[in-house]
Amino acid sequence: MKFLSDRALDRLRGSSVPDLSGTRYELRELVARGGMGVVYAAEDAKLNRRVALKILDAAGASEELTARLIREARILAQLEHPGIVPVHDVGTLPDGRVFYTMKFVEGLRLDKYLEQITSLPQRLRLFLRICDAVAFAHARGVLHRDLKPANVMVGSFGEVLVMDWGLAKILQESNPAESQETVFLPSNSASPGNKSTKSTVVTGHGTVLGTPGYMSPEQARGQVESISERSDIFSLGALLKFVTADDSPEKNQALPRPLRAICGKAMAERPDGRYANVNDLAADVSRFLDGLPISAYSENIFEKLGRFYQRHQVAILLITAYLVMRFLVLYFFHR
Amino acid sequence: MNKVLIGLLLGALLGAIDGGSAWFTPAVRGMIVGIIFGSTLKGLIAGIAAGIFARKVNSVPLGILFGLGVGFVLAFLVAWKQHGYYFEIILPGSIVGMIVGWATQRYGAQPQTRQA
Repeated sequence: MKFLSDRALDRLRGSSVPDLSGTRYELRELVARGGMGVVYAAEDAKLNRRVALKILDAAGASEELTARLIREARILAQLEHPGIVPVHDVGTLPDGRVFYTMKFVEGLRLDKYLEQITSLPQRLRLFLRICDAVAFAHARGVLHRDLKPANVMVGSFGEVLVMDWGLAKILQESNPAESQETVFLPSNSASPGNKSTKSTVVTGHGTVLGTPGYMSPEQARGQVESISERSDIFSLGALLKFVTADDSPEKNQALPRPLRAICGKAMAERPDGRYANVNDLAADVSRFLDGLPISAYSENIFEKLGRFYQRHQVAILLITAYLVMRFLVLYFFHR
Repeated sequence: MNKVLIGLLLGALLGAIDGGSAWFTPAVRGMIVGIIFGSTLKGLIAGIAAGIFARKVNSVPLGILFGLGVGFVLAFLVAWKQHGYYFEIILPGSIVGMIVGWATQRYGAQPQTRQA
C-alpha cells in the first residue's frame, strides 16, 4: 500500500477549493462536507453579508449531480418558510461547477443544542417547529426524505431551521432513475459527530437517499414508488424519539406512555399505520403538551384522573382548600 | 367569553354557594336569604375586579394574590359590619377570591388589540 505525504494531501485538497473569481462571493472557510457537496462560508461582497455556499465536490461534479444541486436550490426557493433555510442565489463558477448560496445559519445542530435543553416541554415545542416546516413543505408537494438531527439547526435566537434538502422529492414528479438499487456508503460521507448516523443509503447515482434509523422501511428497501408524506412522518417519529430521549434512544423507557405511543404510531412499519399527515402528528404532540388525550393512545381511568389532576392542579388545590376550610370552620366554631 | 364576564359569573356562583353554606350554622339560618344575597354580591364584585386585573396583568400567581386581596378586603368589610363571625366570613371569602383570581387568569379571552 502506498501512502501520500501531507504535502500531497494538501495539494489534492487545495484543488477542490472553489475558485469564486468573477462572482460576488469571497470564500471564507469550509463549514461542512456532505454526501453530495461541500458547504463553505462566503462573504457576499455586494450586500456585505455572510452566506453559506453549497457546491459540488470537484471530483464528483457529474451532470446528474449538477442537475440535483440546481433542483435542490429550486425546491428550496419554493419553500419560503421561517423554518426552512432560504436560498439567495444560484450560479456557475469559472470551472463550470454549479453553486447556490443560502442564509448562513449561526447556531447549533439539533443534537448539540439538545445537550443544553433538559425540559421535555421545551424539547417538544422545538419538535413542533420542525413539524411546521415539514408540514409546509408537504403542503407544497415536497418530501424531505432525510430528516435527522444533523439536518436541523437551531439559530442563536432559537429559530429552528430544517436544512439539507438535497434528497427532497417533489411529489407527482416521476423520476425513474431514483428507483435504482440502493447501496450503503460508509459514515464519513454523512454528517460528522452524529452518533445515530452510522451509514447512509445511496442510489446508483451516489446521491444520499436517507439515513438508517431515521428513514422509513419503504425508503430503506428502495421502494421509491411507495415513498410518500408518511415516509417523512416515520423520520419525524424517529426524530421525536431522539428529541425526547435524554441523550440516546436507550433512555426512551422513561418517556411517558402517550409520548411513546406517538413515536410508535409515527414509526409504524406499514405506512398506513402511521399518521396520515404531519399536522396530525403535531396535533397529538400539542395535545400531549396541553394535558389532553391523544389519538395514538387510549388511557385507563387512573391515567385519565392523573391527567385531569395535572391539568387542573391549581383549581383542585384551591377548591380542596376551600372545602377543608369550610369543614374546619363548621366543625370547630359551631360544635 | 371575556375575563370580566367569567369573573362576574364565577364570583356570583361561588359567592352564592359560599353564602348558602351559612345554612349549616343554626344561629344565622334565619337570615340565610340576606346572607346569600350579600355573599353573591361580594363574589360578583371580587369577580369583576379579578377579571379587570386579569385583562391588565397576565400572571397566575399575581391573579391568585389579587383575588385573595380583594376577597379578604370585601369579606372583612362584611364581617366588620356584622360585628363578628370574622373567621367564618373572611376565610371562605378570601379563598373564593383566590379561585376567581385563578379562573380569570386561566380562562377567558383577552380583549382584541385594535389594528392601526
